[in-house]
Amino acid sequence: MTETVKFHFTVDGENFTMAGQASVAVKKNLRQLGISPEIIRRVSIAMYEGEINMVIHAGGGEADVFVYENMIEIVLTDNGPGIANVELAMQEGFSTAPDQIRSLGFGAGMGLPNMKKHTDFMGIDTKLGKGTKITMRVNF
Amino acid sequence: MKISEIKEILDAEVIFGQEFLNRETTSAFGSDMMSDVLAFAREKSVLLTGLVNPQAIRTALMLDMPCVVFVRAKKLTDEVVALAKESGIAVLSTKFRMFETCGKLYAKGLKGSGEVND
Ligand SMILES: Nc1ncnc2c1ncn2[C@@H]1O[C@H](COP(=O)(O)OP(=O)(O)O)[C@@H](O)[C@H]1O
Ligand SMILES: [Mg+2]
Repeated sequence: MTETVKFHFTVDGENFTMAGQASVAVKKNLRQLGISPEIIRRVSIAMYEGEINMVIHAGGGEADVFVYENMIEIVLTDNGPGIANVELAMQEGFSTAPDQIRSLGFGAGMGLPNMKKHTDFMGIDTKLGKGTKITMRVNF
Repeated sequence: MKISEIKEILDAEVIFGQEFLNRETTSAFGSDMMSDVLAFAREKSVLLTGLVNPQAIRTALMLDMPCVVFVRAKKLTDEVVALAKESGIAVLSTKFRMFETCGKLYAKGLKGSGEVND
């Protein structure tokens, strides 16, 4: 499969105000590439939740987006604490976020299930104490 | 419902986007929890929120929502307004609180995000 375009971002874990900037940039780039609004919307929602997770749970990380002919792949990699129980983390409403994060509009435990809902594939590769790599694909 | 009607009903101040007041919205979603907005709001919905940080604008942008109404006359930072401009999202501010804001719009026929399927 030929890869047409790729984007790379470093996601700052120190600054919640900036969280989501990579997703905003990807949205703009995908619009310029002429990708359909519905596909962009799904990519945007999934990547934004994933980017926020890296900031609030993992101290930041790296975001890579690959645009192929018929598919967009988002890879989010961090060196955070890892996810102890992925099945539990995938449940709606499960969250380990502190109250202070909730007062900033996140930490409802809806992120991971919503990422799965808006993508055609989501894989979570995580090791406790090492980090987490989330791969998501949206086909078109 | 046009953004201009929402402005009238809520006696709202237009913080940004005078040129967007003609845009149509099909429904509304009210929450301070952005994850709930991301999970349940529809595109072309107007976002009603008391959360005044840049994430409110970014959330609206991700979902293709045309307008954010900040309730309870919250003071907006320059950063939030700049982000709205950059994103082409209309920003209104109303003195009404969340429940009052929702009630007034609902009474005038604006549906909830869960009641439309566009
Ligand atoms: N990148 C990550 N690193 C470590 N833990 C994570 C990461 N992403 C998610 N988690 C864990 O999974 C839980 C559920 O995530 P999510 O559904 O996005 O809910 P929320 O972010 O609102 O807590 C989080 O509370 C956290 O414990
Ligand atoms: Mg989350």
